[in-house]
Amino acid sequence: MKHTTKITSLFKRGILGSLLLTTIVVGCKHSGKNTAVIGDDAASKVYVAPGKYDDFYLFTSGGFSGQMGVYGLPSGRLFKVIPIFSQNAENGWGYSEETKPMLQTSHGFVPWGDSHHPQLSRVDGMYDGRWIFINENNTPRIARLDLKSFTTSEIIEIPNCAGNHSSPYCTENTEYLIAGGRFSIPVPNKDVPISTYKENFKGVLSLVKVGPTDGKLDLAVQIVLPPFDYDKVRGGKGPSKDWFFVTCYNSEKANTMLEVNASQNDKDFVLAVNWKKAIEYLNAGKAKEMNTPYCHNKMDESTQTATSETLKSEKMLDPKDCPGMLYYMPCPKSPHGCDVSPDGEYITASGKLAAMIPVFSYSKMAKAIESKTFDGDVEGIPILKYDAVIAGVVQKPGLGPLHTEFDDKGYAYTSMFLSSEIVKWKLGTWEVVDRIPVYYSIGHLCVPGGDTKKPYGKYVIALDKITKDRYLPTGPEECQSAQLIDISGEKMKMILDFPTIGEPHYAQAIAADMLTKNNQKIYKLEDNKNPNAIKSEAESKVVRKGNEVHIYMSCIRSHFAPDNIEGIKLGDVVYFHLTNLEQDWDVPHGFAVKGNNNSELLVMPGETRTLKWVPDEVGIVPFYCSDFCSALHQEMQGYIRVSDKNSKVELKWSLNEQK
Amino acid sequence: MKKNILLTTVAAVVLLFGMNSCGNKEENNTSEATTVAPAANPSAGGGAASVKDDDSQPNIVKVASGSKDHTTLVAAVKAAELVDVLAQSGPYTVFAPTNAAFDLLPKGTVEGLLKPEKKADLQNILQYHVTTSMYSESMFRDGLKLGMANGGSVVISKKDGKLMVNDANIVGHVAASNGIIYIIDKVLLPTQ
Repeated sequence: MKHTTKITSLFKRGILGSLLLTTIVVGCKHSGKNTAVIGDDAASKVYVAPGKYDDFYLFTSGGFSGQMGVYGLPSGRLFKVIPIFSQNAENGWGYSEETKPMLQTSHGFVPWGDSHHPQLSRVDGMYDGRWIFINENNTPRIARLDLKSFTTSEIIEIPNCAGNHSSPYCTENTEYLIAGGRFSIPVPNKDVPISTYKENFKGVLSLVKVGPTDGKLDLAVQIVLPPFDYDKVRGGKGPSKDWFFVTCYNSEKANTMLEVNASQNDKDFVLAVNWKKAIEYLNAGKAKEMNTPYCHNKMDESTQTATSETLKSEKMLDPKDCPGMLYYMPCPKSPHGCDVSPDGEYITASGKLAAMIPVFSYSKMAKAIESKTFDGDVEGIPILKYDAVIAGVVQKPGLGPLHTEFDDKGYAYTSMFLSSEIVKWKLGTWEVVDRIPVYYSIGHLCVPGGDTKKPYGKYVIALDKITKDRYLPTGPEECQSAQLIDISGEKMKMILDFPTIGEPHYAQAIAADMLTKNNQKIYKLEDNKNPNAIKSEAESKVVRKGNEVHIYMSCIRSHFAPDNIEGIKLGDVVYFHLTNLEQDWDVPHGFAVKGNNNSELLVMPGETRTLKWVPDEVGIVPFYCSDFCSALHQEMQGYIRVSDKNSKVELKWSLNEQK
Repeated sequence: MKKNILLTTVAAVVLLFGMNSCGNKEENNTSEATTVAPAANPSAGGGAASVKDDDSQPNIVKVASGSKDHTTLVAAVKAAELVDVLAQSGPYTVFAPTNAAFDLLPKGTVEGLLKPEKKADLQNILQYHVTTSMYSESMFRDGLKLGMANGGSVVISKKDGKLMVNDANIVGHVAASNGIIYIIDKVLLPTQ
């Protein structure tokens, strides 16, 4: 009877019928599991009608893809994959001459990265919609993405660091980003036996300054630390705004079989870092000079061309010279997650191996520091007494607590890796009020605005590590998966599964209108200062410089200028400088050359991109537009004649030249 | 318009059919999902243990379920709603008391623990038998302390080739896809 009522009411909503039908049929076909937790009107809650916009942008890290995914909520629709740390043959990122310098590091060109934590820029603890930052774990770097164009503007390498995982979380006003390593290494790096870990290895935290108007990144100062693994970090806000809180595991200082040897101590630590004090000590000249090289790569907006600069000077603070800058708070069992409540008072830190979630109090921490309520020290860094800083404990919340985000109603949501669920609990009383299973093995979770002073609430997104049977299977490698859960009511309700790129390690969501109002539709041709740009077909030309041939080419619906080129010889290195003359939204052109040992190009309206090509055989080589642009896209093509090395064929180019 | 009516009719028929076929499950799960239990996975029937997969190496749940000597343990794991947990990726090391080990407990203990109102106690005891990481025998050294899922810890002793966990003898082991099971002759009782 209950069901009948439900059906009638849903069918009154007309178009929802077929969507609902799909959901339920799939649910029942497959052991009925979807019906277990799906909200009654899930379909209507995630349905965004054709042509309508989603309410939120969701930015997910690409994990081992090195990129960032852009999705809509509540629909879960994927809009874009923004290339950052990995070459992207699909649009030429890291292949074109303009973008290659973005992937330069002190180790040379690195074509791949592992991106983990998106972090939206903010003012007074609230997202401002200007930039999003993301870390690269493997070859430590931080990127800044511009949220007008949804492109990568800047990448800075972090020297003296390994496994840049506790990164790139920011301060309340985006004054600084922090970057710390999950690996300790010798600092400066040197050739030592691995067994001398305890003597020779160090942890390093870095503070990266963010330009207040242009967002430009600048490595301000580094802090040398005991050789723990620095895993996750959050910036404080409100009363705690001068602090970062960093979880540390492996206080055992193990260098082998960490799964056993880093799990021996009953307590590890949360490190509290007073970043304001660090800057004061830097300004007071307390830092020592270090000279580890690192790269700083910037995309110039007007030339649309990246440059890579190698820097060799960093400032290193030793905690011994900096009293009041660092404190350790004991924390049970290898903590990973670290999160700060909207009011800035509570710091949660959860270890996968702990049977509870300890919640620290900022005000108690401040008092304990003032009254010097210490319980020993680590290499001179005071350890605050556990009882003096703990605000409360969520007892037996589930198995494998990891990360916590907050809603707008005083509740916290913690992911449980082992028991594969999200647990909702109340700040202040620490009581568990609801729980919902997720599929499977959740890592991070995201509440829109969940790390700001005023979370939007509304949803929690589960970012799962294992997918197994959730979708139609695709062989041994299944898609990655996220799940959307409605938290607007008392009980959490699962309303959507959606596949994601790479590993959706962490995500942040921002109200759509914060970004749509600034969205960039085209690059203005008149502002294009790329030295290889041409502003009209009349300017197209081919120039030989020794064995280098530069083809200054334009494209517009539906031809390239020039489209016939002769006089290229074996042994030449050819550069296509392609300018898209369109000034119309969503009309990129593609460019592909037969047999090129390189990617294709996608060139946005008003943009210039350069593709290198080394011809390898004599004959005729076609090229064409690879992005379906117009009614005559298939006609948008050209030919290049490649002659023998000693040929006398003259360099010649043309468009529409009649015989 | 005709099409719409047809679609609605078909949809309604399939919906009703669908609900008949899984109506029970839906009701069960709804009630469980709304219960605030103190721990573990409330999604009996919908979690990792119900993944259909006959190709992979059997996981801990499947291995234990196939052992005649562990029927008490398996029943207890079900009652404590830990089936889905032990089917997750882990990896786990599980110390699995045999039926004979449970029989050593005072009479009525097991029956008492299996009662719904004792679920938290049962979970505490069973979670005391589980740790994350897959410890091979060679990783065990005398005096090694293992933090268990309930928050307590056990100590391994390794003397003259004899392997023990707390006061229980380790009498054998079985590998599973998501961990390893050590068969023990006594139930481990957590210290409070």
